[in-house]
Amino acid sequence: MSKPRLATIWLDGCSGCHMSLLDMDERLLDITERVDIVYGALVDIKEFPEDVDVTLVEGAISSEDDLRKIYEVRRNTRILVSLGDCAVTSNVPGMRNQIGPAAILERAYLENVTINPQLPGPMVPRLLAMSRPVHAVVKVDVFVPGCPPSADLIHSVLDDLISGRVPVTAGVTCFG
Amino acid sequence: MSVLTLTIEGRDVAGQTGHTILQVARENGIPIPTLCHLQGLSDVGACRLCVVEVEGQRKLFPACVTTIDEGMKVTVNSERLAAHRRRIVELLFTERNHICSVCIADRNCELQDLAVAVGLTHFELPLLSPQAVVDATHERFGIDHNRCVLCTRCVRVCDEIEGAHTWDVMGRGTEARLITDLGIPWGDSNTCTSCGKCVQVCPTGALFEKGRSVAEARHRRPYLPYLVAHEGRTR
Repeated sequence: MSKPRLATIWLDGCSGCHMSLLDMDERLLDITERVDIVYGALVDIKEFPEDVDVTLVEGAISSEDDLRKIYEVRRNTRILVSLGDCAVTSNVPGMRNQIGPAAILERAYLENVTINPQLPGPMVPRLLAMSRPVHAVVKVDVFVPGCPPSADLIHSVLDDLISGRVPVTAGVTCFG
Repeated sequence: MSVLTLTIEGRDVAGQTGHTILQVARENGIPIPTLCHLQGLSDVGACRLCVVEVEGQRKLFPACVTTIDEGMKVTVNSERLAAHRRRIVELLFTERNHICSVCIADRNCELQDLAVAVGLTHFELPLLSPQAVVDATHERFGIDHNRCVLCTRCVRVCDEIEGAHTWDVMGRGTEARLITDLGIPWGDSNTCTSCGKCVQVCPTGALFEKGRSVAEARHRRPYLPYLVAHEGRTR
């Protein structure tokens, strides 16, 4: 039997969930023995591959680029995991939802800038009106709240998924 | 005062006339989740987390404000109740802006703990993301309406214990907001005694002491001596 194909993707988050994943220490060796890591922030592959068994999604859906990527991930993933509060609740990226993207951009790129203030050009993905949790856009199979989820929790979720078990996160991890 | 007998979760228990289901359950070591309830303050049934089933009745009853009856059969845990409690906590989260990771009460919050207790891992309901303000006009304390769950513990402790009644609630539904006096900035209130009891009883990060940052709130809760001393009078 071939190894399960694992991907990770980093959308609108701080990378803290990926840091927590790395925080598994030597258990990483065990996990990498048991899966093929086919895409992610730690892998130098540009296009999201087909036929992925498990994708861990860090971050909220905040820009047109996030939106394009999450559709692609969903299309090619069997089990999609919302990893961490940004993916699960929109968390800190969602704090702009009560203010709106225009005011946020103006504050960050014009008001608070002293040298050459300018709004981002076409090279920077456009912000969506709202930053939303992943499951507001595509179906999510497993929710792992936490900011970030602990390395122990991520390990147990991955261990379950690789072994074909359904991970249970209710009652074992909190928001924040 | 006569003694009444009833069953809670199949156990034979007894209480006095006028005692609530919650009170009798806790005296007998049967846990019922609560949020707006605080020992020593009057009960108002605001949060609905303590709902229980009573045999022969279709509707649910808030245990904190339902008095016991002779022969009553009370169910505290069922799939139906668990689903309701999970939905109640979800409604509280989605109605305001609860961002645990940057909240002063992170890891010291009854709402955050309740989410774990009821098994809430995500929200099926959309986030309302309302416009909510922070009033930092008081010299020592602040209120962040983003984190308020309208439990009204602050309103009750201010009225019933401190005797000031600085706090109250204005508006209805999702527009309801805590106010100080008749809706003036907290710092301008001439009834607030700056005792800080409201801050201590707040279950979330809505009421806070200034000078504390993320996850630094330390509520000295819930059994403040003056609450326990007051308890006899609320029953």
